Amino acid sequence: MAERLFQAGIWCAALLVLMVLFWLVQGLLDQGLAKLSVDFLFSQPQNAGRDGGISSILVATLLILAVTLLVALPLGLASAVWLAEFTATHNFWARKVRLALDVMAGVPSIVFGLFGYAFFSLFLGMGFSILSGGLTLACMILPVFIRTCEIGLRSVNNSWRQGAAALGMPKIKAVWFILLPAALPAISAGLILGIGRATAETAALMFTSGYVDRMPGSVMDSGRALSVHIYDLSMNVTGGDAAAQASALILLMIIMVLNMLAYAITDLWLGRRVLNGFAN
Amino acid sequence: MLALIIAVIVIGAWPALSSHDSIAFITDKSWYPLEGQFGMLSMLLASVLVMIIAILLAAPIGIMCAIFIAYIAPARIQKGYRFAIALLAGMPSVVLGLWGLTVLVPLINKWSPPGQSLLLAGIVLCIMILPTVTLTSLAALKSLPATLQHAASALGIRQHVQIVNVLIPAASAAIISGVLLAMARALGETMVVLMVAGNVVQFPTGLLEPVRTLTANIALEMAYATDLHRASLFVSGLILTVLVLVMMLIASKIKSDNHYG
Repeated sequence: MAERLFQAGIWCAALLVLMVLFWLVQGLLDQGLAKLSVDFLFSQPQNAGRDGGISSILVATLLILAVTLLVALPLGLASAVWLAEFTATHNFWARKVRLALDVMAGVPSIVFGLFGYAFFSLFLGMGFSILSGGLTLACMILPVFIRTCEIGLRSVNNSWRQGAAALGMPKIKAVWFILLPAALPAISAGLILGIGRATAETAALMFTSGYVDRMPGSVMDSGRALSVHIYDLSMNVTGGDAAAQASALILLMIIMVLNMLAYAITDLWLGRRVLNGFAN
Repeated sequence: MLALIIAVIVIGAWPALSSHDSIAFITDKSWYPLEGQFGMLSMLLASVLVMIIAILLAAPIGIMCAIFIAYIAPARIQKGYRFAIALLAGMPSVVLGLWGLTVLVPLINKWSPPGQSLLLAGIVLCIMILPTVTLTSLAALKSLPATLQHAASALGIRQHVQIVNVLIPAASAAIISGVLLAMARALGETMVVLMVAGNVVQFPTGLLEPVRTLTANIALEMAYATDLHRASLFVSGLILTVLVLVMMLIASKIKSDNHYG
């Protein structure tokens, strides 16, 4: 009897969560689907976003992400290589850096927004621009990205390092030609998850990349990201709900595709590591 | 990097910290920035209350979902269900806020206007942090040595007693640290509470009263704040960061002290 009751309770909780998820998606589809069309993607917003589409918003979002990637990728890789290959695991500085990264990963995004506004927009004089928005997002996703890359590098089989050393390869070349390619799946999975987080982010962008919904001319222009667009339409524009939900559907689709890519890559990689284990 | 961020926030907050009595952030009666009143206590309280409601709802349901995936669900359902939880985990908070605003607010509004309230913010936040609880608890349960379950089965202990009395206690440290992480996320979240909590600065007196949290306050006023007002927003950012950091550090301490972590 107790066994039954316990199982029933667990099933109820599980179903409840599933129902909430369906309710959520259905609520978005309800109003958003009617608005969604190819035209919606490729036309400029009009009448404060109530009519028209989201083309300039998409361009701004992509530009922000491009800036984020250009900064986060080299910096993140370099830090991860330093942490994983060039310092001992229990080195004093490496431990401190690791702690700082873990702490940074937990800092609320609105605080990153404050930081970006004070540092990039005002102190460095970039103003409300796509550049300062992208840099702020890069700061936000770097901690998690570095840690994933580090774990990826560490799990490369040690015999590869020894083999490279035995062939007399300089360490830097071994990293570039052997270890980084071997850790590539982990790196790309980490990167894709980071991009997903950056795409979903709103609070950090409100004071850094701004609200202007015109087509951005350069990275120094202010541009409105998709998530900020959704927020603005639902809070500040009366009658903007349908357009907001259509935009939310687009955002959701982008993030789902990114997440699935990340999972597929991780699965593939885990499978390969098992095979390697047998081969050795 | 972290030092740079904290330094910038502290520099931003400095004018308020030095010129204003720092105790005044707590003792000032309310938040009237234009009249030089910067009492943050009501908003701090609102932040903490919203977080507590969210975690009270999310922790039991989230842990039950983890048990479901780990022990109860048939193999075929298990994979699909994990995908659903991952989908929920990837849901942007602004989309959750939009859903709360357009679907839930009108619903509660019929019953008790204005609809945007402490309770609603807690519920939507609960949906946001639930996957965090589930995924960390699941990882904790999966990392338990299989011998534990075998030994319990060999003793003839039935499955639900095993789960409640053996497996959950063994994984408790990791589960608690996951719950703490989820709490930190709830406290730092801006968009959801900004959209569904109502944004009225007042001491929360009932579950259905609109409130404004610290994070929402920063988002709302940063655009036009100047001088001391701006600096005091930085102070609230600093308070938030410190609270979240303390929770994160406790979480990682609990986890690293534990045998099965």
